Amino acid sequence: MAAIDQSKIRNFCIIAHIDHGKSTLADRIIEKTGLLTSREMQAQVLDNMELERERGITIKAQTVRLVYKAEDGEEYIFNLIDTPGHVDFNYEVSRSLAACEGAILIVDAAQGIEAQTLANCYLALDHDLEIMPVINKIDLPSAEPERVKNEIEDVIGLEAQDAPLISAKQGTNIEEVLEAIVKKLPAPSGDPNAPLKALIFDSLYDSYKGVIVFCRIFDGSVRKGTPVRMMATNAQVDVVEVGIFGAGQFIPCEELTAGMVGYITASLKNVKDTQVGDTITNAETPCNEPLAGYKKVNPMVYCGLYPADGAKYPDLRDALEKLQLNDASLQFEAETSIALGFGFRCGFLGLLHLEIIQERLEREYGLDLITTAPGVVYRVFKTDGTMLEITNPSNLPTPSEIEHMEEPIVSAEIMVTTEFVGAIMTLCQERRGVYLGMEYIESTRALLKYDLPLNEIIYDFFDALKSRSRGYASFDYEMKGYVPSSLVRLDILVNREEVDALSFIVHADTAYERGRKMCEKLKEEIPRQLFEIPIQAAVGGKVIARETVKALRKDVLAKCYGGDISRKKKLLEKQKEGKKRMRQVGNVEIPQKAFMSVLKLDED
Amino acid sequence: MKKRKKLEIYIHIPFCVRKCNYCDFLSFSAKEELQEQYTAALEKEINCFFSSDDFLQGNYKISSVFIGGGTPSLLKAEHITRLLALLPPGAEEITIEANPGTLDEKKLSEYRRAGINRISLGVQSVHPEELKLLGRIHSWEQAQDSFRMARKAGFQNISLDLMSGLPGQSVRVWQDTLTEAAALAPEHISAYSLILEEGTPFFSFYGSNPQKLPSEEETSAMYEMTGDFLSGYGYRQYEISNYAKPGYECLHNLGYWERTEYIGFGLGAASLLQETRFQNTDSMKEYLAILEAPEEQVLPKLHRNRELLDRKSRMEETMFLGLRCRKGVSADRFYHTFGQKMTEIYGDVISRYCSLGYLEWEQGRLRLTKKALLVSNVIMQEFLLD
Repeated sequence: MAAIDQSKIRNFCIIAHIDHGKSTLADRIIEKTGLLTSREMQAQVLDNMELERERGITIKAQTVRLVYKAEDGEEYIFNLIDTPGHVDFNYEVSRSLAACEGAILIVDAAQGIEAQTLANCYLALDHDLEIMPVINKIDLPSAEPERVKNEIEDVIGLEAQDAPLISAKQGTNIEEVLEAIVKKLPAPSGDPNAPLKALIFDSLYDSYKGVIVFCRIFDGSVRKGTPVRMMATNAQVDVVEVGIFGAGQFIPCEELTAGMVGYITASLKNVKDTQVGDTITNAETPCNEPLAGYKKVNPMVYCGLYPADGAKYPDLRDALEKLQLNDASLQFEAETSIALGFGFRCGFLGLLHLEIIQERLEREYGLDLITTAPGVVYRVFKTDGTMLEITNPSNLPTPSEIEHMEEPIVSAEIMVTTEFVGAIMTLCQERRGVYLGMEYIESTRALLKYDLPLNEIIYDFFDALKSRSRGYASFDYEMKGYVPSSLVRLDILVNREEVDALSFIVHADTAYERGRKMCEKLKEEIPRQLFEIPIQAAVGGKVIARETVKALRKDVLAKCYGGDISRKKKLLEKQKEGKKRMRQVGNVEIPQKAFMSVLKLDED
Repeated sequence: MKKRKKLEIYIHIPFCVRKCNYCDFLSFSAKEELQEQYTAALEKEINCFFSSDDFLQGNYKISSVFIGGGTPSLLKAEHITRLLALLPPGAEEITIEANPGTLDEKKLSEYRRAGINRISLGVQSVHPEELKLLGRIHSWEQAQDSFRMARKAGFQNISLDLMSGLPGQSVRVWQDTLTEAAALAPEHISAYSLILEEGTPFFSFYGSNPQKLPSEEETSAMYEMTGDFLSGYGYRQYEISNYAKPGYECLHNLGYWERTEYIGFGLGAASLLQETRFQNTDSMKEYLAILEAPEEQVLPKLHRNRELLDRKSRMEETMFLGLRCRKGVSADRFYHTFGQKMTEIYGDVISRYCSLGYLEWEQGRLRLTKKALLVSNVIMQEFLLD
């Protein structure tokens, strides 16, 4: 196969706020380029994980290579690189963008620009991408394409007057988008004869092929047998196969050359060796320096995961190992809890990432899990001058050993219609936010800027935001750094025994409130037992809140009617089954649900 | 001659004048024609059982018969007579359940002639408003009349069913019912706490209005005073909800708790035979269909949910059924039955709950303590093995 003419390649991605129609447009593009017939199309081809379909979001970047015969009679190769659509996966988004020359920016014709529209747009501009706006959902009665065009020009500063007006859902004006891709987005311009320089933007573990590395070739070429080296991890291997992305399948080819997007396999056993953002070069004739932008992603949110049935501990470990093959940002290490037994402290990019992993463990691996309250990474500066990073509240040193502590903060941008600005500012205030400023996008919408402690947004900030703005607020954030903070560990004592799995770290000012809510919630969750059970919240050994679960006085004294013993036995079995789902702490049975209930303290 | 095993007989009569508001037992109101058909089907089932199992004649002796419902006293007395005539003789205790308002002297003396020697009267309460709330068709005066008629007909073993924990009831109100019931001097009193059973009018109303029921504190107090109160009248609590004058414990019920074998006849009736539990169909249509079936197919058509009890289930049952009785479960008998000591199987549970004061040893028998009676399910469930 001759080297492909780079001028006939377009590498691009689609960026949008959530629900503005990214996946639907991707489907239409795939459909119109004729790679698949309509009948073969699943509703949304790119989102092929079951969970993604259900949640309507893209978790892992997916990529497809398409062939488009343009109006000029030439065939163009489109590499459409799909990007994850959630702030938890910002780094992945940035690496996907780095693999492209251009981006299609979708804006909803009714909603206009939202927080993620801006965030993704700035991210794309940072990578010098050519951005091509497209106005979607023009079929909606509330569509105002002219207003949105002006908004794009005013707010982002992009030329938008000739932006295609489309309805991805109905397939309106998709051809216009395809032609615009050819005409407006630049072709790649790498040097095919220079040493190999390729960017890893994703990878996937396949049990037959090992790790499949998704990459964009910037310079040089790679083929079967090429000795390659990952410049950051220094993993060195010989390439076994190279190929391109069909829709939902891998199509081997002879060679990948500058400007192309494709995959390589090399009998790699672990995605850890192929970190997203790393540069692949030829091990024998390496390039001078790696591509910019690589960073090791670190988990931001940690929690303990325990099997509900202690005997399933090895199964949980196996399942986590398998998930990690595909997800280098998932971290875990063994830990033990007095209340919950053997489990793992796991690190995630964010709360969504946590929920996805938890659901996959439960759904795909059939595990019943207990999750402890998620927390962030705190920095503890000890009086002896050392610094500890704490991910598990149980490991917090005693107060006398702590000089001071720091917690991570994020800078957040919240887009909201003006009528809800007050409500959202109150919310940010409650969450210890530091007001940075406000900009009016139009007369009716404002962009609020706050610094917020990460631990205040990992539980339910997003839900609170939505409910206080009737769904109109949108939100984006990025890590800013660490600031000193007055933090304490809140301990929960059930029947005077500390339950380690229920401890968490909070700001001193909110400790009382949280402690009180915890006690109330646990009182609801812990069934009455044969004796009275005090539930206490304590900080540094001092009790700050208390509730009591009264002793069970009387249960159902059923009549065993007509010798129907089976019925009686079923009742007892049901009761016993309920008990199995409880954890014994001292003399007290605590339902597994109770350990999770701490996540939902702010429901009311 | 070899020793013959005890067999108890239960006969279910699923007819009621009207269904009570709390009742989830199998019962219908029924026309005479259906009652006639049902009795015929019962006769066929009973005949099939005793003729097909020829081993039975040599291996078992009938220890008790219990005709329950529904309202068995709703049937014509001649139906009852016909049914009892089919059973092998020798039962020491033959009980019929009856509701006040469905009894008369003639019926009662016919019961006597048919061999019935114990009558269980569904009295429930002495308060008119409580009776009305429960959906009972009779008054307390009618209940007293029925009782006296039964005495007159020669019944020397009468039981009254009473119900506590009713909406609006207080300890004081419950005490009235106990006092008046005890004043009649029945040999036996069953006192059940109201249970909201799914699918009943009570469930749908009080399930969402629990504040209209007496509090747990109140119902506990009712339960606790019942035993003390009745002991003053010479009744001894011998089971969680049953009280009797010495020598008048219900043999049939004790048999259930001691795992005596029993055969149930009629709609939905349960059986324990040869370590197998099974149950008759609960569809009236299917039940009556046996009238058309060839004899050898009658029992196979009726029996459902057949479960052969393994050793583990038998041990579990021995414990959770036996613990219902105040005399408890004999450690010796457990050892003789299973060849393993009770403490070997249940050592942990027994020592834990003994130390908490919920179980105790009394003359080689393990039993619930007084305070454990109120929370018996919590303890019984611990005797289910993994």
